[in-house]
Amino acid sequence: MPYIANTDEDRQLMLETIGCADFDEMWRKSDIHFPDCNLLEIAEGKSEFEVVKYLHELAGKNAVDLVSFLGAGYYDHLIPAAVDAVTSRSEFYTAYTPYQPEASQGTLQTIYEYQSMICRLTGMPISNASMYDGGTALFEAMMMSCRVTRRRQVVISEAVSPIFRTMIESYSSNLDVELIVVPAGIDDSNQQELIKAVSKDTACVVVQYPNAFGTIEAWQDFNQQVHTHKALSVCSCYPIALSLLTPPGEMDFDIVTGEGQSMGIPLNFGGPYLGFMAVTKKHVRKMPGRICGKTVDLDGKEGYVLTLQAREQHIRRAGAMSNICSNENLCALSALVYLTCLGKQGLIEVAELCASKAVFARNELLKIAGVEAVGGEAFFNEFIIKLPGDASEIVGRMIDKGFAPGFPLGRYYPDRKDQLLVAVTEKRTREEIKALANALEALL
Amino acid sequence: MSLIFTKSKNGRRGSTIPKCDVPKCSAIPDKMRRSTSAELPEVSELDAVRHFSLLSLKNIGVDTNFYPLGSCTMKYNPKFHEQVAALPGFSALHPLLPQLRNGGALTQGALEVLYESEQILNDLLGFSRTTMQPLAGAHGELTGVMLIAAYHKDRQDNERKIMLIPDAAHGTNPASAAIAGFKPREVATNAEGDVDIENLKQQLGPEVAGIMLTCPNTLGLFDRNVAEICELVHQAGGLCYCDGANLNAIIGRIRPGDLGFDVMHVNLHKTFATPHGGGGPGSGPVGVAECLVPYLPISEVVKRDDGTYTLDYSFQKSIGYIAPFYGNFAIILRAYAYMLSQGRDGFKRISENAVLSANYIRVKLAPFFDQIYDRNCMHECIFAGTRQSAKGVNTLDMAKALIDRGIHPPTIYFPLIVPEALMIEPTETESKETIDEFIQAMIEIAELVETDPEAITSCPKTTPVRRLDETQAARNPVLAEL
Repeated sequence: MPYIANTDEDRQLMLETIGCADFDEMWRKSDIHFPDCNLLEIAEGKSEFEVVKYLHELAGKNAVDLVSFLGAGYYDHLIPAAVDAVTSRSEFYTAYTPYQPEASQGTLQTIYEYQSMICRLTGMPISNASMYDGGTALFEAMMMSCRVTRRRQVVISEAVSPIFRTMIESYSSNLDVELIVVPAGIDDSNQQELIKAVSKDTACVVVQYPNAFGTIEAWQDFNQQVHTHKALSVCSCYPIALSLLTPPGEMDFDIVTGEGQSMGIPLNFGGPYLGFMAVTKKHVRKMPGRICGKTVDLDGKEGYVLTLQAREQHIRRAGAMSNICSNENLCALSALVYLTCLGKQGLIEVAELCASKAVFARNELLKIAGVEAVGGEAFFNEFIIKLPGDASEIVGRMIDKGFAPGFPLGRYYPDRKDQLLVAVTEKRTREEIKALANALEALL
Repeated sequence: MSLIFTKSKNGRRGSTIPKCDVPKCSAIPDKMRRSTSAELPEVSELDAVRHFSLLSLKNIGVDTNFYPLGSCTMKYNPKFHEQVAALPGFSALHPLLPQLRNGGALTQGALEVLYESEQILNDLLGFSRTTMQPLAGAHGELTGVMLIAAYHKDRQDNERKIMLIPDAAHGTNPASAAIAGFKPREVATNAEGDVDIENLKQQLGPEVAGIMLTCPNTLGLFDRNVAEICELVHQAGGLCYCDGANLNAIIGRIRPGDLGFDVMHVNLHKTFATPHGGGGPGSGPVGVAECLVPYLPISEVVKRDDGTYTLDYSFQKSIGYIAPFYGNFAIILRAYAYMLSQGRDGFKRISENAVLSANYIRVKLAPFFDQIYDRNCMHECIFAGTRQSAKGVNTLDMAKALIDRGIHPPTIYFPLIVPEALMIEPTETESKETIDEFIQAMIEIAELVETDPEAITSCPKTTPVRRLDETQAARNPVLAEL
């Protein structure tokens, strides 16, 4: 019997102890009076060897040798082996939430260190212990803004990830929240239009940094104007870029969230990922999610606990700041080990590599007749180009040649059917970039 | 232990990075560059690995200690799951690939995992369809109640704003209902530990959208009236949500869909043996009966006539996206491996052994601890530490004494309706010997409460830290090292 330790003899002894002759009697005494369900549709159990063999076959049906320039919020970065070595320690991965702090100081201290690193990257003073992903974190930030301001209108830029926006729309459909989507500029958030949408009814303005087109925008002046309306400003950001860019905390954002997948977490065909959230001190008691804090034990020795739990569902129930009841803990640990191994200088170097290669790739692509620039004054490692035709169709033909050349924006922006969003990470080599450009040129 | 930041030294490196093979430049305007670097630590790879390895030793997990944490199903996590989840054919796959033209053909193995694991869940739970998207149990709850909201909205039954929830429920139930726009209202539990049918009947009416019922319930009992409850709620025009936190008790024996439930979430990190990760990532697929199929989140994986798999976006009445992609794929993959190795007969063995072990503990400990509901339990048993608290030793003290005896404590102070609650869930993967050791430890603690209470109230003594000052932590929060 897979993973069941007890022998028939053990079971017999235990059944006797509870006064049952057999399992049928046990079920009856536990008030199960229904017949056995019929699971004939399910195959018989297989051995470990057979399951592994079959899953190897399935893994082989997926292409991972494509040369990929796909990003759109989810990036193919290098991951040091030490990340997996640490997260594979079963003291970490087979533990549950640190409800018993004395037996969970390992998990708790890593959460505290994770929170500290998120603060240092974002320039914010407070971080929670993490959330499911960048999209749910952004939705939680929006709801937090509504609680803080007691308002119900959310102004969101069209230059925020369309993947996040579709999630937010789903979640908002039953809530008393009004979403106002402000159309983007050519490659920017169109701040002038965005600020016009802000009023005394606005709970928050939601933007992305760099935005969904890869563009880096300054937000200091904008946020000052947002604050004159007593609304909050919320920013979703790309953590690797923050090693080079002015951190959101220095641009007066009130809530900073983001997708943390780029920090040591594999692409995993969509998850698990990592949502991070950081806030100003003023709003800490309205923040959703778990938070770890430092304290002392009976002997005055430093230690860590989950804290400010009065915000959470197990205490506040329907009045809680969120229904979330876990964090994405092991993914937060991956991010922590990643940031530790890369370190202050290493992360900067990775980001500089991304930035250099993106400029190189863009220049190479723009040399192709028919390929045109779309904006592109200020970007980190992702940019848009205009193709002479339907980008989705061209992408399909490039995939057949072994390249995932980027994400066709027409999927989410109907008026951008000829635009391609190209992401370049430190993993792409000069040769691969050249080969991409050559293949595209040959195809056009 | 000192923080990683204190081990930092300028110029020390913990990773190697490729040389730049293109001209160094960037499109970042100077005015947008940060003026000071983010103060990440600078340590060697050994420093990093040793720091985190030593921290891991300050934890206990299922692999190191018995972990009978009630309602969390801390069963063994088979090791080959980790191996297959790390195969680059899965882990390196970009989720947007199947959304690109000609990209679907390159993700057939991953789409098959999603499709086939859904089929097994449909059969196991007795539902028409299951969405694999929800990212955790509470996220599954939210998805489930959003589906109920969409159902009523579609029927223009707009007055149904109340979600009934038993007083014994997990806090996530009312919190999830509130986020889906419902007003949660409590239903009482009767003296036997079942839903109070009379109280339920009084509350049913045209404003009730449905009920969220944990099955078996959070008292570790199988509600004797579960089928009647579903029928009553249906008669009143509501739908029945099953919180699947306790699925391990009935898996392979009975199917929630057959009991009358319309929608249910499953915690893959509980019943399907994926690791808890110290508090996530989890995965919370949601199964639905036919009436809720039109509202399922997009996209859905479907199988074409030629045997290939594709993503279907055609659900016109869908509640939309609730996750960025197809769910926590790497968790679903582990659960799929588990389902394949259990097979048709394995699932019932899980519930049989889980329920047997819990009842064994219940019978053995009954002479020493108070039971609020004197009846056979399902996969977990609940005691009230009232006899001990009368002697000045509360449940928290006993929990700490268990830590000193090498055992992770049960869930404590939940459900809220049981005073000084201790909720013990042994799971099917623990041997009789381990369970006997636990029983001995509990009996020893109960005896010490009588003879030497100070020996219990002064615990823990063997842990890296002693009891921590949680009041100070909340009053003067220190939440980061800036």
